[in-house]
Amino acid sequence: MLKLNGITKIFGGLTALEDVSFSVADGSITGVIGPNGAGKTTLFNIITGLYAQTAGEVYLGEKNISLFPPEALAGLGLVRTFQNVELFGQMTVLENVMVGLHTRSKSGIFSSAFKLPGQIKEEKYIKEKSLQWLEFTGLTDLADIQAGNLPFGKGRLLEISRALAVEPRAILMDEPAAGLNSRETAELALLIRRIRESGITVILVEHDMELVMDICDSIIVLNLGKKLAEGTPREIQENPAVISAYLGEG
Amino acid sequence: MDSSRQLFQYILSGLSNGAIYALIGFGFAIIYNSTGIINFAQGEFVMLGGMLTVFFLTVLHLPLIPAIVLAILISTIVGISFERLAIRPLKNAKPLSLIIITIGASIFIRGAAMLIWGKDTHAMPAFSGNDPLYLAGATILPQHLWIFAVTILIIIASRIFFNYSIIGKAMRACSYNSQAASLVGINVKNMVLLSFAISSAIGSMAGIIIAPLTMTSYDVGIMLGLKGFCAVIIGGMSSGLGTVLGGLLLGLLESLGAGFISASYKDAIAFIILLLILFVRPEGLFGKKESERF
Amino acid sequence: MTGKKRQILIFLFFAAAVLLVPLFFKGNYLLNVFVFVGINTILAIGLNLLLGYAGQISLGHAAFFGLGAYISGIITTRFPLDPWLVIVLAAVCAGALAFVIGFPILKLKGHYLAMATLGFGIIMYIIFNETVGLTGGPSGLSGIPNLHIGSLIFDNDLNNYYLVWLFTLVVMLLSINLSQSRIGRALRAINDSEMAARVMGVNARILKVQIFTVSAVISAIAGSLYAHIMTFISPASFGFNFSIELLTMVVIGGLGSIYGSFLGAAILTMLPEFLRVFQDFDIIIYGLMLILMTMFMPGGLISGIQKIAEFTAAKIKGMTSNNAQT
Ligand SMILES: Nc1ncnc2c1ncn2[C@@H]1O[C@H](COP(=O)(O)OP(=O)(O)OP(=O)(O)O)[C@@H](O)[C@H]1O
Ligand SMILES: [Mg+2]
Repeated sequence: MLKLNGITKIFGGLTALEDVSFSVADGSITGVIGPNGAGKTTLFNIITGLYAQTAGEVYLGEKNISLFPPEALAGLGLVRTFQNVELFGQMTVLENVMVGLHTRSKSGIFSSAFKLPGQIKEEKYIKEKSLQWLEFTGLTDLADIQAGNLPFGKGRLLEISRALAVEPRAILMDEPAAGLNSRETAELALLIRRIRESGITVILVEHDMELVMDICDSIIVLNLGKKLAEGTPREIQENPAVISAYLGEG
Repeated sequence: MDSSRQLFQYILSGLSNGAIYALIGFGFAIIYNSTGIINFAQGEFVMLGGMLTVFFLTVLHLPLIPAIVLAILISTIVGISFERLAIRPLKNAKPLSLIIITIGASIFIRGAAMLIWGKDTHAMPAFSGNDPLYLAGATILPQHLWIFAVTILIIIASRIFFNYSIIGKAMRACSYNSQAASLVGINVKNMVLLSFAISSAIGSMAGIIIAPLTMTSYDVGIMLGLKGFCAVIIGGMSSGLGTVLGGLLLGLLESLGAGFISASYKDAIAFIILLLILFVRPEGLFGKKESERF
Repeated sequence: MTGKKRQILIFLFFAAAVLLVPLFFKGNYLLNVFVFVGINTILAIGLNLLLGYAGQISLGHAAFFGLGAYISGIITTRFPLDPWLVIVLAAVCAGALAFVIGFPILKLKGHYLAMATLGFGIIMYIIFNETVGLTGGPSGLSGIPNLHIGSLIFDNDLNNYYLVWLFTLVVMLLSINLSQSRIGRALRAINDSEMAARVMGVNARILKVQIFTVSAVISAIAGSLYAHIMTFISPASFGFNFSIELLTMVVIGGLGSIYGSFLGAAILTMLPEFLRVFQDFDIIIYGLMLILMTMFMPGGLISGIQKIAEFTAAKIKGMTSNNAQT
C-alpha cells in the first residue's frame, strides 16, 4: 500500500538518505530499524510530507504522494507520531483527540461562530468519537487533564489515540516505546496488534529489538542512510550484514 | 551640472544614513545570532545614545568625549540590566513571549526617556563644526565624515573581535550551536549577556554620531530601529558584510526615492522593501538559506 | 452544573450587567468612557483570535481599525450612501486586504511575522497621512455623520453605549462559539505545535489566513463605529502606538480568553480616566505591564481571577463538607 522509490535526502552537504526503496504490505506491521542517525526519522519526515526529498517518489496505493503537504496526507489516511512527543500541551487530553477528528468533520468559521444546527450535531459526533478512542487506548480517566501535564508514557499513548482519531489507513510511529517501562512496553505491543487488527497498517521505527522482533511482520534495516537489509524478523536476525552493522557501531 | 550635484548630495546623505542603519542592523544581528531573539528594543539604545550625550553636553556641560563615553556606558548598562532582569529569567520561552517582552522593554525605555527629558526635540552640536567641505562641487559636512569613519572603525573592530579574539570566537560558536558550545566549556549565558552589551553599545554609538545631523528626541528609536532591522533583513542575519551592504542600499534607495519620487513616502520605501524581501527571500539578499528544521 | 451551562450563564450575566450599566451612570461622563471600552473590547477580541488562539502576532492591527474608520468616513462624507451599508463595505475591504496580504505575511513566523505586520501597519499609517486629498492627512477628516436607525440618532453617550455594546456582545458571543468549535481547537493546536496540527490534517496555512481575515473584519467594524461616533478621525489614532496598546490589552487581559480581552480593554481605557497623572506615564506603565505579565502571569489577569474563584469555591466546598462531618 505504501511504496518508496529511490528516496534520497541531502541536507547541505550531508546525505541523510540514499536511494532507499521498499514497499509496505496492506495490513502489516513493518519495522524500520537502524543505529542512531541512520536516517529513520528523516525517512518518516519525508513520507509524511514534513521534508521534501532531494530525489525519489512515495506512493500511497496508486497515488504519487511525493510532494503532498502533511495536511493533505492526513486526509488520505496517513498519520504519524513523533519521536519527541508533539502534543498540544495547553489543550486537554480529550481536546487533543478531538483535533484528530479534524479531517472527519467540516464545519467552517461561519457555521462554528453562529452554531448552525449541522455544527452542533457534528460537535457531538466529534466528542463521542473522541471518547471512544480514549476508551480504546485506556485514557478515559485522564480526559480532562491538560496534555502538557501528562506523564511521558501516557503522552505517547495520547499521541497514538490522536492519530487513530484520524481513522487512518496507515500510521507511522517514531520510537513509540522509547521512555516506556517494561510493563508499558508490553501494553504498547498489545495496542499495536489491536490497531493492526482493526485494519490499519502500522509502520514503526524502534530501538527496542525485542518489541520489533515480536510484533513486526517484516523489517527494513537502515544504516548510514542506506537500506542495508529487508525481510522477516527471522531473516534479519540471521543477516550477517545487519549483525556486523549493529555490533560494529555499538 | 546642477542635477548631478544634487544626485551626489542624495547619494552622500543616503550613504551616511545607510551607515547608521548598518550599525543598528549590526546590533540586531549580534543578539539574534547568539539568542535567536530579535530585540525590538534595539532602536531605544540608539535613542539613548543621542539623548544621553545631549544631556551630558547641555545640562552637565561636559566636554564632548567624556559625554560620549558616559552615554555609551550608560546605554550598555541599560542593555545589560535588560538582559539580566527580563531575558535571562525566561528560559525556553516561546518566541511570542520574547517578542512581547522586548516590545515591553522598548516602550518602557522610551517612556522613561520621555519622563526624564520631555517630548522636545534636542539638537546636538556637530563634532567638528558645521563648515561644509567642498568636494567636486558638492558639499560634505564634517559630520558625514565622522559617520563614515566611525562606522568603518566599528565594523573592522567587530570583524577582528569575532574572528580573532577568543571571546569573539566563543560567541560565534554559541550562535552556531549553543549546546555544543556549552559542552566544550563556553559559558553561554555570559555570551548572551555580552551580546546584549555589545549591541547596545554599538546602537548607542550609532545614535550619537547621527544626532548632530538629524536632531534627537525620546521617540527617534522606533524608526531608526526599524530601519536598522530592514538593513539586516536585506543583508541577511547571517552575514556581517551583508548587513553593511543592506544598510547602505537602504539608505541610498531611501534618499534617491525621497529626492526623485516623493519625500513624503520616504519612510514607506524602507518598509515596502522590508515586506518584499520578507515575502520573497526571508534569508536576505546576501544570506545563506537555512535548511528546514522542525 | 455542566461546563456548557455555566458558560451560557456567565455570558447572560455579563450581557445583563452590560445592559443595566447605563441606569447607574445616567448623564455621567463615564458612560462616554464605557463606549470606548466597548470599541476597544471589540478590537482586543479581534486581535486575540489571532494572537491568543492561533498564536500569530500582529503589530499592525491598528491599520485595519484605521481602514474601517477611513472607508466609512471618506465615503459617508462624500456620497449619500447608507452608512450601515458602508460599514459592510469597509469590513469587506479590510477582509479582502487581509486575505491577500495574509498569504505571504503568515508564511512568516515569530519575530519575522512581528516585523512584517509592524511594517504593514506603518505603511498604512503613512498612507493615511499622505493621501491628503482623501483622508485630510494629519489634520484629519471631520464631518462624519452619526449613524441612525429611522429617527433614532446615535449622537449621545447613551445611544452610542447601546450601539457599541450591542456589537461588542455579538462579537463576544460569536468569538466564544468559535473558540469552542472545531476551528477554535485547530487554532489552538497550531499555537501549540503547528507541525503536529498539520499532521492531524489541519491546513494551518489557510486557517491562519482565515482567522487573520476575520480579525481584520472585526477591527474594521470597530473602526467604522469609531468614525461615526467621533465624527472626526485623524491618523494619530491608528498608528504604531495604538497597535501596541491593543497588544497590551490582550496580553494583560489574558491571551486566548474572550473575557480577558474585555478586562484588558476596560483597564487600559479607564486607567487614564481615573489617574490623570497616568497620561504621561502611560507608555512606561504599558511597557512594565507587558514585561511583568509575560514573566509572572502568562495567562493574564483573567487567569488570576479564575484561580481565585477556584480557590474560593474549593474553600467553600471544604468548609461545608467539614461542617457536614462535624
Ligand atoms: N533538518 C536537518 N538538517 C540537517 N541535518 C539533519 C536534519 N534532520 C536530520 N539531519 C541529519 O540526518 C541524519 C539522520 O538523522 P535522523 O534523525 O533521521 O536519524 P534517526 O535514524 O532517526 O536517529 P535516532 O535513532 O537517533 O532517532 C543525522 O545525521 C542528522 O544529523
Ligand atoms: Mg529518529
